[in-house]
Amino acid sequence: MRAFAELLDRLVLTPQRNAKIKLMTDYFRAAPDPDRGYALAAIAGTLTLNVVKPNVLRQLVLERMDEVLFRYSYDYVGDLAETISLVWDPPAGGKTAIADLSLGAVVHQLETTGRANVHGLVRNLLDQLEGSSRFAFLKLITGGLRIGVSARLVKQSLADMGDADITEIETLWHGLSPPYTTLFRWLDGKSDKPELDTPAVFHAVMLATPVGDNDLAGLDPKDFAAEWKWDGIRVQLANVGGTRRLYSRSGDDISGAFPDILEAADFEGILDGELLVGGTMRTNRATRTFSDLQQRLNRKTVTRKMLEEYPAFIRGYDLLFSGRRDIRPDSFLTRRAELAALIEKAEPSRFDLSPLVPFASWEELDRLRADPPDPVIEGIMLKRLDSPYTSGRSKGPWFKWKREPYNVDAVLMYAQRGHGKRSSYYSDFTFGVWTKDDGKDVLVPVGKAYFGFTDAELEVLDRYVRNNTIERFGPVRSIRAEPDHGFVVEVAFEGINFSSRHKSGVAMRFPRISRLRTDKLPQDADRLETLLAMIGPPEEDLAQAREPI
Amino acid sequence: MKPETLLYPTPKGLYCEKGGFYIDPVQPVERALITHGHADHARAGHTHVMATRETLDIMRIRYGDAFCISSEAAVLGARTSIGDVTASFHPAGHVLGSAQIAVEAGATRIVVSGDYKRRRDPTCLSFEPVPCDVFITEATFGLPVFHHPDDRGEIAKLLTSLRQFPERAHLVGAYALGKAQRIIALLREAGYDAPIFIHGALTNLCDYYESQGIPLGDIRPATLAPGEKQSFAGAVVIGPPSAFADKWARRFPDPVAIFASGWMLVRQRAKQRGVELPMIISDHCDWPELTETINEIKPGQVWVTHGREEALVRWCELQGISARPLHLVGYDDEGE
Ligand SMILES: [Zn+2]
Ligand SMILES: [Zn+2]
Repeated sequence: MRAFAELLDRLVLTPQRNAKIKLMTDYFRAAPDPDRGYALAAIAGTLTLNVVKPNVLRQLVLERMDEVLFRYSYDYVGDLAETISLVWDPPAGGKTAIADLSLGAVVHQLETTGRANVHGLVRNLLDQLEGSSRFAFLKLITGGLRIGVSARLVKQSLADMGDADITEIETLWHGLSPPYTTLFRWLDGKSDKPELDTPAVFHAVMLATPVGDNDLAGLDPKDFAAEWKWDGIRVQLANVGGTRRLYSRSGDDISGAFPDILEAADFEGILDGELLVGGTMRTNRATRTFSDLQQRLNRKTVTRKMLEEYPAFIRGYDLLFSGRRDIRPDSFLTRRAELAALIEKAEPSRFDLSPLVPFASWEELDRLRADPPDPVIEGIMLKRLDSPYTSGRSKGPWFKWKREPYNVDAVLMYAQRGHGKRSSYYSDFTFGVWTKDDGKDVLVPVGKAYFGFTDAELEVLDRYVRNNTIERFGPVRSIRAEPDHGFVVEVAFEGINFSSRHKSGVAMRFPRISRLRTDKLPQDADRLETLLAMIGPPEEDLAQAREPI
Repeated sequence: MKPETLLYPTPKGLYCEKGGFYIDPVQPVERALITHGHADHARAGHTHVMATRETLDIMRIRYGDAFCISSEAAVLGARTSIGDVTASFHPAGHVLGSAQIAVEAGATRIVVSGDYKRRRDPTCLSFEPVPCDVFITEATFGLPVFHHPDDRGEIAKLLTSLRQFPERAHLVGAYALGKAQRIIALLREAGYDAPIFIHGALTNLCDYYESQGIPLGDIRPATLAPGEKQSFAGAVVIGPPSAFADKWARRFPDPVAIFASGWMLVRQRAKQRGVELPMIISDHCDWPELTETINEIKPGQVWVTHGREEALVRWCELQGISARPLHLVGYDDEGE
């Protein structure tokens, strides 16, 4: 348990991606089975333990401790599990040298103890574990483990450990379960790759590279098909051997949130497409925006009302398996013909085919890209007609060519120090635009950005912050920002929506600082009205109150 | 006599009227007795200062020769008459030269602990319990949450990270007096014999520790030759915590931010400071040490100074020990 607890403590505080991977890889190499498998499950979110209620924990600690002293402690620490892990004192005399209880043993005891005896088991385990392990244990049983490691990052560390390709791990992932003994045996080089018995597993998706400055010059438009890049989320729908699953592009199983789609998927095969909300082209109704789709995301289950108000559908891009037949080695054109035939027969309100965009030259395509026929389009995809479906991102077969992102000129208002490499720089910025308040022009914050600039530009920004601080609140510095004195930046972003959670009433998607406008004064910066106009005419559903996602 | 008249808090610090002196005064006074060299306890500008020889040396290093008009070195365990009272100094185990000060008049003895700790520290003498009627204790870590782990485990975390990330500089934030030298000494005990690089603010105090027979091994300044870039990869660099938010820190390649402090026990504190590798090493007592010390000394009364007074006073009440907070101001209960 100690090694696992130490790993968690380090992961939470380590900002760098590569350092996180290294910490996990080293742990997986050193830890025995089944501990490392349960650790993997805990990090990747696939460990399901019965959850112990905070109240039970509070009762346990108050059996041993004065209530007033506990309250002082909890007030100071602010997190229940951490407070208990720190104040817990094994009973006097019981302080015999404790061997390090293994994570596997802890999980086993939790799984085999009935509800009625959980109280005693938790007390017992808390007595046997030391500080950090107690914390990790309490986080596991309260379901509060948040360590900022994505499923993709864990899989990368597994790939590094076994010198395997991450796509192999992703393909296997959903067919395996904790404690992943066969997976580790293969990664250790001690056995062959595990065979899967569940057929509807995720297959790593094919990704496009962005069109760079001179990428298209040497390419013949006749070799490529173009289609719109829709602003939903990329998904993979699998129906194989009677099992239906919907996966996100990173392989997370999101079936639970989309029963409407799964039910309609009565064809066998594996399909690649964009998950969207609204009407399909086949029903002649409009595709709705990303913010509508968000209503359906990040949920475990979905209400009937949700299903009615935000109907989901899939716009098909590609077909990986036709029936049980793996057609990934076939050309894009061949696969597309099979896809078209499949969608033709599928439920019209749940499936349509992503239309191709005819074009004769790159210049023509560029014009189409800049002025697409539908607001839910975020650019163009280019696919080589003869390309097989390969997993991952390799340059050449598929390109994405995005619309120019939106941009505005905004004024820096607050800055905060960055993390890791950047911890000595002010690199996280809050920026604002002008609006009228009580007849006066004031700046209202509209977003935060912490990338987009070069290292040299960061030096300039950092120096400006240090020399123009007017106030500090903890780690945040408030920066001088007046009509004729301040720092203007060009902020580029991918989209903008109404938001009741922000004071300005708007929220940007992926804002970044694209240029420093040292040539402009704050008074030349944009106004909130400009941002509001970018959102377009308000739609009925946008005006409705929303839950945060 | 009543202890409340022998020593009592004033805005300038704890005052002994019968002896005409203050202990660790926070403003300039005529006569001061000083427990140890940390800046919030040992200030410049008093007329006459009495402290251990090491504490006087440390004050001279920090403030220059003119830190007071006259000084007197206290010998540990020796009894000195000052006015109508007797004072004596006893080891506190906090940093080199740190002492508790016992003040006696008639049959009443009060012990002012200053800052203290109970665990082994290779750079200073261990705390000696002194029987007394009133024990004045600090409470920097006076909450039941504070259970500081074994130092060796914390040093091992640093050594493991050096092995895992040999391409990164390991920047350890540690206070210049005491903590920095203790970290170095503990690393040496753990068998780490590579050069350790230090920030300029640590040089004089490290030299002083060495001169007092505390070997620190190969210590080098963390300075760069012009144009040099990679030289601190995989090295341990120690500096005062404030230096790491500074431009000074930019010279290191992709550093691991480390902070050696008792506060690092609480994860949120580590996170807020952007610390990547917290080392829970404290020069103060943790909660069990505080409560065990009170149980061991068995004073008639406990007075609690800087830190988290309310929890320790509550604990004393639950044990049937009379206790009260002194509400002294001017001591830094965060700088650790
Ligand atoms: Zn001190
Ligand atoms: Zn102090």
